[in-house]
Amino acid sequence: MPESIPKNSVGLVTPQTMHFDTPLELDSGHTLNSYEMVYETYGELNADKSNAILICHALSGTHHAAGYHSMEDKKPGWWETCIGPGKPIDTNRFFVVCPNNIGGCHGSTGPNHINPETGKYWGPDFPPLRVRDWVRSQACLADKLGIDQWAAVVGGSLGGMQVMRWSLEYPERLRHAVVIASAMNLTAQNIAFNEVARTAIRSDDDFNDGYFLEKDTIPRKGLALARMVGHLTYLTDDLMGSKFGRELRTGDFERGAYNPVQFQVESYLQYQGEKFSGSFDANTYIMLTRVLDYFDLAREYNNDPVQAFSHAQCKFFVVSFTTDWRFSPERSQEIKNALISAGKDVSYAEIETPQGHDAFLLPIDSYIRVFNAYMQRIAGEIES
Amino acid sequence: MSNRADLDILQKWIRPNSRVLDLACGDGTLLKQLAHSRQVQGYGIENDRELIIAGLNNGINVIEQNINDGLNDFTDNSFDTVIMTQALQVMRRPDLVLEEMLRVGKQCVVTFPNFGNWRARWHLAVRGRMPVTKQLDLQWYNTPNIHFCTVRDFEVLCQEKGITILDNAMVSEQFPDRSLKQVCPNTFAETAIYHLSK
Repeated sequence: MPESIPKNSVGLVTPQTMHFDTPLELDSGHTLNSYEMVYETYGELNADKSNAILICHALSGTHHAAGYHSMEDKKPGWWETCIGPGKPIDTNRFFVVCPNNIGGCHGSTGPNHINPETGKYWGPDFPPLRVRDWVRSQACLADKLGIDQWAAVVGGSLGGMQVMRWSLEYPERLRHAVVIASAMNLTAQNIAFNEVARTAIRSDDDFNDGYFLEKDTIPRKGLALARMVGHLTYLTDDLMGSKFGRELRTGDFERGAYNPVQFQVESYLQYQGEKFSGSFDANTYIMLTRVLDYFDLAREYNNDPVQAFSHAQCKFFVVSFTTDWRFSPERSQEIKNALISAGKDVSYAEIETPQGHDAFLLPIDSYIRVFNAYMQRIAGEIES
Repeated sequence: MSNRADLDILQKWIRPNSRVLDLACGDGTLLKQLAHSRQVQGYGIENDRELIIAGLNNGINVIEQNINDGLNDFTDNSFDTVIMTQALQVMRRPDLVLEEMLRVGKQCVVTFPNFGNWRARWHLAVRGRMPVTKQLDLQWYNTPNIHFCTVRDFEVLCQEKGITILDNAMVSEQFPDRSLKQVCPNTFAETAIYHLSK
């Protein structure tokens, strides 16, 4: 709980809800006849509406990107390190919009909502989504907010995929695309990790083929296991070594006695799993990992990233982290190379850090400084 | 870098609206100038964190990369001109970097400090010390400049590699370019500027 709100935080924020009655045509052929999107905004929209930034969240992200909901909150929003007064996404200069994606489980229409046509929870019958569907719904939100063109669309990991899709689907509606720790598609290894997570959830008896809300059960064990596997892959061997080593939480190795041990790293993972399983919907998790697996930026462009990016009109900033093995620097370099070949403006930074994929959320000095330099350039363009 | 007359001179070789890759682009001064004067589409490569930030502040496209690792990410002839100013002497293998530049670029521009300059010669010949001049102001043990060459050395390398010298210019604080070229540039030039093609 913050005793007082730090000066460089956006402070107390209140989520808002936008209702949409215009049907949303989905890539799967399904239609969402009506839906709601929960979102937060920080900063002030300027008179000519040219300073708006869209934040696209990743797998476990929400609309709560910065600030606190109440003085009782233990933690601020998920990207507090980068959003706020004087931070790279400077709320003194930008108007920041962060929606919870549809299909999510934190307020926007998703599997844990009631399907108005059946009166039952959507559950596993929520229509399958693609990144393009999210981008389309975010564009509808922009319409309602009166934002014709984003100063930048920004996102890390799965969020970065949305950013790239924005640049191709609505090229005239953004001036800058900031793609952090992302890739144009997942590797086989990444898809494999996602399948382990899905299998963990499905094999929990409380999952009930996805109809757990109707049966009033929650597949907490499966969700926790899914999260533990996922979380592991966002870290690195070195980082876990320095953070936990072989430190014990309980027990010892004394000879002649048996005091079972629990390593600190075990306890940490258990905690992460339990925390997540109490706040996330299992159907959403399965669907989000599917969205990740299906994403392939260049599929509709003859599998040619250069051809794909030739449709973009914005400028790009691509960032990767040296020890990120789920979205490795090589994958970001592919993005950068395709953009250069397509003749697009792009800057690329490769941040040296031991933190792995998680790094994009962390206050790493060199990362914050290059990110800040790029964002201040955008702010300068608006204010000049 | 105190004397950057080389940047003004080389601009005449850059065609308007062309694609330019600037290796070791520093704070992006050259690319910024070329964007204004020649409307080039430019990318700068740099691996120093502070210079990358300076380049971003200068509004250029900065790519973080170590040139010593080669230019594998870039396809043959994908740029009209590949430029490297005052950095050849910092490279682990200047000859291989030159090869890469001429593979990626249709033409190249290279500028480097001339180690055959009379001041350098004086340091070595009279004082018996490695040269420390206004332009090259670090000691032998802490300088990033590990591969010095003279104007003549460079031209020999070009000849051996079959590199065509399209044009060149010589810079010195004391002498204008024209007289320098006529009177022994290898002795009087402080900075040599070369326009090359395959």
